[in-house]
Amino acid sequence: MERFIQVIVDGIATGSIYAALALALVLIFRSTGIVNFAQGEMAMFSTFIAWGLYAGGVPLGLAVLTTLVLSFVAGMAIERGLIRHFEGGEVLTLVIVTLGLFILLNSLAGWIWGFGNRSFPSLFGDSTFDVGGVQLTWESIGIVGVLLAVVGLLFLLFQRTKIGLAMRAAALNPESSGLVGVRVGRMLMLGWGLAAALGALAGVLVAPRLFLDVNLMGSVLIYAFAAAALGGFDSAIGAVVGGWVIGVTENLAGTYVDFIGADLKILVPLAIIFVVLLVRPTGLFGTREVARV
Amino acid sequence: MSDRTLRIAGLVVLIGFAVLVPFVFGPYRVGQFTLVAAYAVAALGLNLLVGYNGQISLGHGAFFALGAYTAALLIEKANLPYLLTVPLAGVLAFAVGYVFGVPALRLRGLYLALVTLALAVATPQLIKRFDGLTEGTQGMTVEQPESPGWLPLADDQFLYLLTLVVAAIMFALAWSLMRSQVGRAVQAVRDEEIPASTLGVDLASTKTRVFALSAGYAGVAGALYVFAIGFVAPEAFTVTISLAFLAAIVVGGLATIVGAVFGALFIEFVPVYASDVNDALTGVIYGGVLILAMFLLPGGVAGLLRRIRELVARRPAEEEVRRPAVATEGRGVPAGKT
Repeated sequence: MERFIQVIVDGIATGSIYAALALALVLIFRSTGIVNFAQGEMAMFSTFIAWGLYAGGVPLGLAVLTTLVLSFVAGMAIERGLIRHFEGGEVLTLVIVTLGLFILLNSLAGWIWGFGNRSFPSLFGDSTFDVGGVQLTWESIGIVGVLLAVVGLLFLLFQRTKIGLAMRAAALNPESSGLVGVRVGRMLMLGWGLAAALGALAGVLVAPRLFLDVNLMGSVLIYAFAAAALGGFDSAIGAVVGGWVIGVTENLAGTYVDFIGADLKILVPLAIIFVVLLVRPTGLFGTREVARV
Repeated sequence: MSDRTLRIAGLVVLIGFAVLVPFVFGPYRVGQFTLVAAYAVAALGLNLLVGYNGQISLGHGAFFALGAYTAALLIEKANLPYLLTVPLAGVLAFAVGYVFGVPALRLRGLYLALVTLALAVATPQLIKRFDGLTEGTQGMTVEQPESPGWLPLADDQFLYLLTLVVAAIMFALAWSLMRSQVGRAVQAVRDEEIPASTLGVDLASTKTRVFALSAGYAGVAGALYVFAIGFVAPEAFTVTISLAFLAAIVVGGLATIVGAVFGALFIEFVPVYASDVNDALTGVIYGGVLILAMFLLPGGVAGLLRRIRELVARRPAEEEVRRPAVATEGRGVPAGKT
């Protein structure tokens, strides 16, 4: 029983990381209708920058904070300089462009920092404590706490501020928002900046659990896709719930289903994406899309 | 000169070059061109799906791997004659593609891309998991086809020409299929899904069949790849190969038959030269080219050639019948915007 609870708790902690990246995907999808395939690699690149700062002697907290700011700026720059050109175009074009960015960032990171792996310190230390036989790490608690804080902040931003309102309007109906004076382009830029910062956060949180290398986010991205698909690609709450479900399922399957084990865990999100899209293509919390001729 | 003459002339030059390769270059170079022919088949298959049908697969490396392992196992464990393994690899990949495609193709473009990307990431893990069959990480050595005694050809020349013949058959098949009624239905589904369905095109079955067909092409290519390399291991079938195929069709030209050849040349030779400079350079070039192509050259090399041909033929650039599925203005804009 303790083991079972242990697996669930660990699953929620990893799930929170998937949720953070899924939130980044949702942010961009909601505002621009683009699934950003480069989201994971952007996060990996950010994590390397955080590592570089830390290795250069900057205290970890400050290094992470600086990275978040840098990622925010870089995300906006990517939207303005690259994505803006293709917005509203064919899905295929956008997929190719973001995939190009995916490959480019992955290789650039390899070029700059090499293909070896390195350990990344946790923001929350590595001490543990015991609750009724279940080992909890401060790290797990910290990850879940950070995610909840992020969700809270995003909620405040979108529901309680003028900028958030403008962002929602720009996403919902770009043309009308433009007419009433919302600077649509700037709002989309902001969305990409926020998403990049969120992704960077996910990277910094996941790096201590895996090793930091150029393929850090490869499978995390797949899990985040599954989380977003499960929750509904346009739902923030969905992304969080989806992340947790995926994290827990993955851990349960890896522990209790012998055939899957540690190697085939990656099939879990694949199966979940499949089932969700067949049974309920909008995900748990997504809105239905209507085709127009 | 008319446009048609130029096209035929171009094709003759291409075929002439392809046939002369084994008699002009040394064995190492010929080996590389053998791989080009194999990759071209895979890229062509992917282009039928992505370019002509507008569906995005990022997981064709999985079907390529399936074909490769099918051929390897049939040759090594079942002692089948190697030529027989090519159609078998194709048929198996077709069947698996069909089964995978039935659920996947009810999905819109983006979701299909997600599912297939997951498949590509899972492929090496799957190969390792079934190590009883696949020998796992250490890989399998496979006996390569040898030149029969009655032919005055060295092994590498024979292997190249064999691969070329198979590739030529696959190209001819794709070419005639895309010119037929089926081909028009396939493209109609890409351009205007709902009108196509009102005109009687069965969307789901068209998509599923194209997906299966393109998986079959990847399977055949996988078998040819095994002949050329003589070895299979999971590392060859990571997500990189799937993305390379995508890069190939973008570079070569979406929704063109001949584009697959240029794309295959690109993904075979760029890594060879780039790795001399830096291990990461290949990826930087792939990524950079994907993005740049969308900016500058949405039609790829084939599109560029077509433009040059039109300039030479001195005819005003007419509305292209088979325009590429990307970056054409005015389409794909959400209904509210127009």
